[in-house]
Amino acid sequence: MIDIAFLAESLRALAAGLPLTLGLTGGAVALGLVLAGLAAAGRLSGIAVLDGLARLYVFVFRGTPLLVQLFLIYYGLGQFRPDLQALGLWWFFREPYWCALLALTLNTGAYTAEIIRGGVLAVPHGAVLAGRACGMSRGLLLRRIVLPLAARQALPAYGNEVISVVKATSLASTITLLDLTGIAQKLIAQSFRALEVFVCAGAFYLAINLAIIGLVRLAETILAPDLRRPRPV
Amino acid sequence: MLAPSPVPPEAVAVRDLRKRFGAAEVLRGVSLTAREGEVVAILGASGSGKSTFLRCLNLLEVPDAGEITVAGEAVRWRQRRGGRVPADRGQVDRLRARVGMVFQGFNLWSHRTVLENVIEAPVHVQGRERAECVAEAEALLAKVGIADKRHDYPAQLSGGQQQRAAIARALAMHPRVMLFDEPTSALDPERVGEVLAVMQALAEEGRTMLIVTHEVAFARDVAHRLVFLHEGRIEEDGPPAETIAAPRSDRLRQFLARCRIGVA
Repeated sequence: MIDIAFLAESLRALAAGLPLTLGLTGGAVALGLVLAGLAAAGRLSGIAVLDGLARLYVFVFRGTPLLVQLFLIYYGLGQFRPDLQALGLWWFFREPYWCALLALTLNTGAYTAEIIRGGVLAVPHGAVLAGRACGMSRGLLLRRIVLPLAARQALPAYGNEVISVVKATSLASTITLLDLTGIAQKLIAQSFRALEVFVCAGAFYLAINLAIIGLVRLAETILAPDLRRPRPV
Repeated sequence: MLAPSPVPPEAVAVRDLRKRFGAAEVLRGVSLTAREGEVVAILGASGSGKSTFLRCLNLLEVPDAGEITVAGEAVRWRQRRGGRVPADRGQVDRLRARVGMVFQGFNLWSHRTVLENVIEAPVHVQGRERAECVAEAEALLAKVGIADKRHDYPAQLSGGQQQRAAIARALAMHPRVMLFDEPTSALDPERVGEVLAVMQALAEEGRTMLIVTHEVAFARDVAHRLVFLHEGRIEEDGPPAETIAAPRSDRLRQFLARCRIGVA
């Protein structure tokens, strides 16, 4: 039996976790994009050292579970407290929030790097040749031709990635953070009513992702105006 | 058609161009000078090096040896491990802006409308006023007969229309030389004529054009000069009508025979 009053109360209580979930998502997606841009640039640079470093980074962070990464950063690095204190980094690794943000950023950065690389590789060679033939400098070519074409190619996969980051933030609850899932677990421990609480938590995640899907769709119509129009038969 | 006289200045001059891809020596010393207003048709079997030659002229391919001069400015080189490279990237970009190129596959930018394709380089490479570029682009699109398509995206156009848009895009840079790399080879047969007609009009207004083509009839009727490439060397170089009517080399004779069979 669903208790409506308790459901409403759960919604209110869970809403308090929304800023943390959104903050972790926004932070990890934004920082992860920068990191991914650098890693993709390394992979595409043709410079063996940079390519190798980027490859290693992607391999490690894509090949291990986010939960393991999170525990290694928060609990694992905790064992090096004196060293981190000596380096002046303890304030960062002491805080579960920063650890969660770091783990999420590194993880999504690895996936996004491959998404960006795939997008750039999918840019038609002829479009690049035409830009070079017009006398475009490398920077101009990148800005006006390569990145816009790569972005629209990569956008569907990138939308998936952002959505998976939203859901991945729930793992932050395992290192004591009170995000949506963290609060949900606390409520269940107090009330023993898993159904209402998790229905509410799930609804919050759905709502966030609904907004993200809308944003991705908007970006698609901006980046791919030619695909909006019907093509001639 | 007669070559203009008195002798106009050199638009493009190439001396002893050489290029190899791995073991394959694609260009084995090609020298060619095109004067302003001259229309040069470059014929050759596939693999003869004609497209590579054209791409070397605007440095889309970097030749291993040989000199290239465009509108009086010679490309400067510097030695690097594994060969030479252009010394000055800025010079390369500048020379490319003076050379318009039309590709076999059109290579329009699919994320921009036809008009945006045409004004892209004038605005962003040459830094010209946008309004002025738009006005000029519209005139160019009218000239190639697709003014009504200016707000369409390339995918909405037929191949012939896309190629005409690509020609307008190249012209918008005010190039000193136009390079055409098999501009009709990717077109449906019934679309070839509309592109050739645009090219003929350009030839008639005195533009300098180097055209790699398989259209022997077009080369005969429109070009001032016919150059036949075979295995990376210039096998024949002469007035088109005479050269086609009476080829001196067996290679060209065989090539022309094959082309005629292909046409029939």
